[in-house]
Amino acid sequence: MKGLRKLVDNMKPTFVEGGKLSFLASTFDAFETFLFVPNTTTKSGAHVRDCIDMKRTMFFVVLALLPAFLFGCLNTGLQVGLEGFQAFLYGLIRVLPMVAVSYIVGLGIEVAYAQIRKEEVAEGYFVTGLLIPMIMPVSTPLWMVALGVAFAVIFGKEVFGGTGMNIFNPALVARAFVFFAFTPQMSGEKVWFSDWKMLGATDATTGATALEQLATTGQMQWSVMDAFLGFIPGSFGETSTLCILIGAAILLFTGIASWRTMLSVFAGGLALGYLFQALGVTDYPAYYHLLVGGFAFGAVFMATDPVTSAQTNMGKYIVGFMTGALAVLVRVVNPAYPEGMMLSILFMNALAPTIDYFVVEANINRRKSRIKTVK
Amino acid sequence: MSNLKNLTGPLSANNPVIVQILGICSALAVTVKMEPAFVMGLSVMVVTAFANLVMSLLRNGIPSRIRIIVQLVVIAALVIIVDQFLKAFVYDVSKQLSVYVGLIITNCIIMGRVEAYALGNKPWDSFLDGIGNGLGYAAILLIVAFFRELFGSGTLFGVQIIPQSWYIAEGGFYSNIGIMLFPPMALVIVGAIIWVHRSFNKDLQEK
Repeated sequence: MKGLRKLVDNMKPTFVEGGKLSFLASTFDAFETFLFVPNTTTKSGAHVRDCIDMKRTMFFVVLALLPAFLFGCLNTGLQVGLEGFQAFLYGLIRVLPMVAVSYIVGLGIEVAYAQIRKEEVAEGYFVTGLLIPMIMPVSTPLWMVALGVAFAVIFGKEVFGGTGMNIFNPALVARAFVFFAFTPQMSGEKVWFSDWKMLGATDATTGATALEQLATTGQMQWSVMDAFLGFIPGSFGETSTLCILIGAAILLFTGIASWRTMLSVFAGGLALGYLFQALGVTDYPAYYHLLVGGFAFGAVFMATDPVTSAQTNMGKYIVGFMTGALAVLVRVVNPAYPEGMMLSILFMNALAPTIDYFVVEANINRRKSRIKTVK
Repeated sequence: MSNLKNLTGPLSANNPVIVQILGICSALAVTVKMEPAFVMGLSVMVVTAFANLVMSLLRNGIPSRIRIIVQLVVIAALVIIVDQFLKAFVYDVSKQLSVYVGLIITNCIIMGRVEAYALGNKPWDSFLDGIGNGLGYAAILLIVAFFRELFGSGTLFGVQIIPQSWYIAEGGFYSNIGIMLFPPMALVIVGAIIWVHRSFNKDLQEK
C-alpha cells in the first residue's frame, strides 16, 4: 500500500495545475480517489461525519447486484442445455464482453465530458455500467449495446448536467433506446436466442419468455418455484427473484435504497394484478407479475434510484405505487409490450418531480391551516 | 451589402429553426426521408419569398387592422399554387408529404417573416429575406433528414448507401436503427444540432 501511495504522489505534480499533463487532471483524480480515500475536508459549512461517500455507495450497489449477476451467468448456460460449472462459464464468457463494452464506452464518454468541463469524474457510471448488461438479453450484439450506452450517457445524463442531475434512469434510457431502435432483435421470439456453440452447448435455442407466454396464452410452462429461483429465460440479470431479494436486503441494510419505494412498487403491482384477476381480465395469479420479467429487478434496483425517484417520503409511496400499477397495466392491457416495467419506471421518473411538488405544497398548506386554527 | 446579410443571416446566426425555434412541427414530420424534406424545404422557401415580396409591395396600402387577413389570403394562395405544382410534377413526393404541403400556411416562419420584416422593408430586401429564411429552414430539414434516412433506412434520396450484405437478414451484423423513423428522434437530432451550433456561437448561449 505504501508503495502505491508513493507512486501516486510521485505522479501527482505532472497532473496538477501547471504540470505537463494537467489537462488530464480529472482522469488522474478519478484514479487517485478510486485507490485511496480522499483526505481533504470541507473548509466551511455543515459537516457530516460519515465514511460513506459516493464511491462506497456505488460499491455497495454493485455488491447488491452481484448475486443476480452470478446467477445470470449460471442461468444463461442452463438455458442452452449446459450443466453446473460449464453453464456458469458459458454465461460468464457471454456476458463479460457486454460488461466490458458498457464500461469502456460509458466511462470513456464520462471521462471525456469531465475533462472538457474540468470537473471530477463522477462515480455514478459504476452502477449504470453493470445494470445495462443485466437488463438486456445476452444475445444483444455488442455494437447495439455500445450505441445504447452512448445514447443513454449523452442524452440521458450529460445534457442534463451529469451524475445527480438526470431526470431519467440512464440504464433504462439505454434499454429503451435499444428496444425501440432494434425492435426486431429485442422483442418477440428472438429475445431469447443463443447461437454460440461453445463448451458443448447443444444448438441454437430460441423461445418465448415467460412474460410472452403469459401475455399470449395466459399460462407459462415453468413452475412458480422456477420463476422465483430464476430458472426461466429472460434478460440476463432479471430472472431470479430470490437473488434480487438478497440484493434488496443488502441495499436496505446499508440504507442506500428506500424501503418505501420498494414496498410500494410491489404493493402497486399486486394491487392492480389482483384487480385484473378479480375482474377476470387475467386468469393467472396476480403474484406471477412479481416473479416473471423485470418487475422485481426494476423495483429493487431501478425504481429506487435516489436521483430519479421521488425525494419526499409521501412522494416515494405514490410514485412507487404508481410504478408498480402502471407496469402491470401495460403488461396486461397493451399487447404490443409484454413487459411494462421499463416504460412505467421511465414514465414515473418524469412525473416524480411534479408529485414531489404537490406533496411539499400540501405540507405547507396543512401547516398554514394549523396556524389559522390556533388563532 | 445589407442585401447579402438578408440572405446569409438566417442560415446560421439567425436561423429560423435552431435559433428562433420556429417551424419545428414540420421539421419533425417530413424528415424521415431526404426527398420529401428537400421538396418541403424548397416549397417553404418559395412561399416565404413570394409572400414577403407581395406583402412588401402591398405594405403601404393595407390598414394595419386588417393586415392579418390579407396576409392569410396571400399565403394561402401561394400555398395552393405550390400544392398544385407539386401534384402536377412530382406526384409521388406530393403524396408522401400529404397534408403537410397544405399546412405550410401554418408554418410560423412565413407569418413571422411577413410580420417582422416584409411589412417594414422594401420589396427586394424582403424577397431576399424570404429566400434566406427558406434556405435556413431547408438546411436544417436536410441535416435532420440525412441522419434519419441514413441510419433509419440505410438510404439517401432513396439510394441504398449501407451495403445490403451488412444486414442481419443477409448474414451480416448490421440492423437499421428503427427509432430514427419516429418523430421523437428528429427532436433529439434538432436538439443536437442546436447544441453543436451554440457551442460554436458563444454569443447565442443563454445565461
